[in-house]
Amino acid sequence: MRSLAIALTAAVLLGACMETSVPASSGAAASDAAPAELTLMTHDSFALSPETLARFESSHDATLRILRAGDAGSMVNQAILSREHPLADVLYGVDDTFLSRALDRDIFQSHQAAGLAAVPPQYRIDPQDRVTPIDYGDVCLNVDLDAFGSEGQADAPASLDDLVDPTYRGQSVVEDPATSSPGLAFLLATVARYDETGQYTWRDYWRGLRDNDVLVVDGWETAYYDRFSGGAGAGDRPIVVSYASSPAAEVVFSEPPVDRPSTAAVLDGCYRQTEFAGVLAGTESPELAAAFIDFLLSLEVQEGIPLQMFVYPVRADAALPAVFSQHAQVAPDPLGIAYETIGRDRERWLAEWTEVMRP
Amino acid sequence: MDRGHAALSRRTAILLAAAPVCFLAVFFIWPMTAILVTALTGDGGSAALAQSDVLATWSAPGTARIAWFTLWQAGLSTVLTVVVALPGAYVLATYDFPGKRLLRAGLTVPFVLPTVVVAAAFLALIGPRGPLSALGLDGTIWAILAAHVFYEYAIVVRLVGSVWSHLDPRTVEAARMLGATPWRAFRYITLPLLRPAVISAASLVFLFTFTSFGVILLLGGSGTTTLEVAIYRATAQSLDLPAGAALALLQMAVIGVVLVVETRLGERLAIAQRLRSAGDTSRRPVGRRAKLFMTAVIGSMMLYLGTPLAVLVERSLRSPEGSFLSSYRALLDAGGRGGLFVAPAEAVINSVAFAALTVALAVTFGLLIAAVAAYRGGRLGGGLDTLAMLPLGTSAVLLGFGFIVALDEPPLDLRTSPLLIPLAHSLVATPFVVRAAVPLIRSIEPRLREAAAVLGASPGRVFREIDGPVVARAALVGAGFAFAVSLGEFGATLFIARPETPTVPVAIYRLLGQPGALPFGQAMAMSTILMCLTAGAVLLIERWRSESASAF
Repeated sequence: MRSLAIALTAAVLLGACMETSVPASSGAAASDAAPAELTLMTHDSFALSPETLARFESSHDATLRILRAGDAGSMVNQAILSREHPLADVLYGVDDTFLSRALDRDIFQSHQAAGLAAVPPQYRIDPQDRVTPIDYGDVCLNVDLDAFGSEGQADAPASLDDLVDPTYRGQSVVEDPATSSPGLAFLLATVARYDETGQYTWRDYWRGLRDNDVLVVDGWETAYYDRFSGGAGAGDRPIVVSYASSPAAEVVFSEPPVDRPSTAAVLDGCYRQTEFAGVLAGTESPELAAAFIDFLLSLEVQEGIPLQMFVYPVRADAALPAVFSQHAQVAPDPLGIAYETIGRDRERWLAEWTEVMRP
Repeated sequence: MDRGHAALSRRTAILLAAAPVCFLAVFFIWPMTAILVTALTGDGGSAALAQSDVLATWSAPGTARIAWFTLWQAGLSTVLTVVVALPGAYVLATYDFPGKRLLRAGLTVPFVLPTVVVAAAFLALIGPRGPLSALGLDGTIWAILAAHVFYEYAIVVRLVGSVWSHLDPRTVEAARMLGATPWRAFRYITLPLLRPAVISAASLVFLFTFTSFGVILLLGGSGTTTLEVAIYRATAQSLDLPAGAALALLQMAVIGVVLVVETRLGERLAIAQRLRSAGDTSRRPVGRRAKLFMTAVIGSMMLYLGTPLAVLVERSLRSPEGSFLSSYRALLDAGGRGGLFVAPAEAVINSVAFAALTVALAVTFGLLIAAVAAYRGGRLGGGLDTLAMLPLGTSAVLLGFGFIVALDEPPLDLRTSPLLIPLAHSLVATPFVVRAAVPLIRSIEPRLREAAAVLGASPGRVFREIDGPVVARAALVGAGFAFAVSLGEFGATLFIARPETPTVPVAIYRLLGQPGALPFGQAMAMSTILMCLTAGAVLLIERWRSESASAF
């Protein structure tokens, strides 16, 4: 009983201390300026090697604080809500699907990054340079190689068209575009490929998928690990919506090492997502924030991106690691939709998709 | 009937309520109001006129359907959990058997596991390649209900069990002696005495399942939507804050009604009684029927809760030939891994630190609230009780955004402080302390206090001798849950911006975000570590409890 009483008293005191110490510490952080602190707001999948980040800190005599703000949508929303009192100085990880919302709300200030000249023009989509392209990823169908191509088995699907073919009935799993980023990318791929009007629209394609018993799940983890049969997946469906780089990741993340993946990406009908970074308007250290964007476009970071985040660097002169050139080809002819169009039509597409899939 | 409500003067009650009310005002009411106002005035990202949007959202045909589904799945989950868990509560409360403490600690383990991990375990069992695929549960409402019962089982067993273990067994024995069947004795003696605790536990289960999010998304199959899921879609995905706010208002209205009814009911049904020490009431089972019953209950409990956990452990150990424990080894070897990698020791330390702070805050605030609710009651007590429960039934996404809008100026600019995490956890953990304490305190026979006072004990001494042990006991049950709530990262914290203080669940999510056999194995290994951590922590709290329980 006595020990409990002591513990409770300690708890109360601890609580009281916290209440008083909190304002003091946060006040100190705001006023104390040396060494400079830079806060990076990013999503849950951001990764750069600690050594690389440390090099930025030492060369700019700055401390880098990384603030994780959930998934990309949640992050953009937090940046918009805090634009009067920004949570961070720089934001990394907004993609084309959320870009128009972020630009409409003026959360970024322009910065023409060093190294931009090495970026192919198709990625430099904002003429005012409010956001800088950093990397891109291709959302592609992945197949379980054990399920196709041997005797008595069908060949692996080679295009989006194949998925509505009765041969592949009940074999594919995709993510819900309303809750998943690759799911939305796949929906956009079908919109780009089959179009809105004409004989056969994207809605007809999805009707075909539905009738071919496609499985829709909430997110990538469930699709890849619980429903897909390839790789580490425990499911029974050999076709999944994932990334062009997933087979390479399978090789990198294996113990003991393997030299070839058991899955492959289908390079037709891939949707290309570009990720951008920007200096947040209202930052107190715009130079440092701009320097961080330059840093993200530096060759060192660009060449480190593939093995850290399993996406591709935007700089054309960045060399890819061997495992990528062997097992993670980029889609030769990826699909894409202008970000303004996505911003305008996305909700309508989602509503129409829901109508088709859940009549 | 005097239930000891008047034991607190109005002034003392207000004094006690001040700290928890301040806490709730700053970290719940203010952020929630701020985000609702921002959303509804069209300031938060949507250009549309707010007022019409709210009405449009409410009157949309989908909304009523979603609200109704949310309500009935939560109601059904609650009833099922109570029915399934009551025999377990009985066995754990009244029988002595070897390994009881370990089992009781183990019950809390499911409670802390991330939904994505539990879903993986369930799908490994009921999915197309699972041993239970023939049951056809995959993608049905039954998968959701089964997962809810799996998660919430411990709440009922622990909260009801902690009252049950103090019931005087002689009342039931007397009834049995007079010829009552066991069922009759349960129906007319035990059940009425337990009712407040059952309602207390059921209300927690209802709030959790009413705001269910991960389980619904992961196991419900495409198109299964609760209000919480709809709010997430509207806010975090579509960035349509007015629609999210409209749905959140609806959610809070339903929760408010349920809570007011529940608080009234709990107060009315309370029966003061002579509580016995748990050591006096528990005994070894006598007779074959009792032994058989006990074995069956414990067996089915272990089978139901243990199988999914065993699947996770098995998958953490599964690896290619000749590399036993490779997932665990890889977790310990940080060299050459990317920036997303979290060393398990770091994650465990962060988790435990947050959990310790959460326990301190939740026990402090929870006991203060429970004291006002149980000793004072009435509008003040009931209102405070309801207010403390509201965060459990509130949209976590929206509350997370609320922090951003509301806490944006010094001295309260905690938006990027790691302290916000235990503060948010405490919002969810406090109700557990309140729910554990109120039914127990209300059951204290007031005549005991009167007798002590008549015999010359000072008010302080009366509290220490009569109420103290009961309150301590409730505090420990509540502390166990508070710890688990924080370890499991319930509530808004997965939606708030956080500096690099990765906890165990965060590390699991990061691992599961990468393709490959190794990250998956590591995620399962990390989940196994989380299970052990939980069981260990609860065992530690139990040890404390068994020492203090002997005091009465």
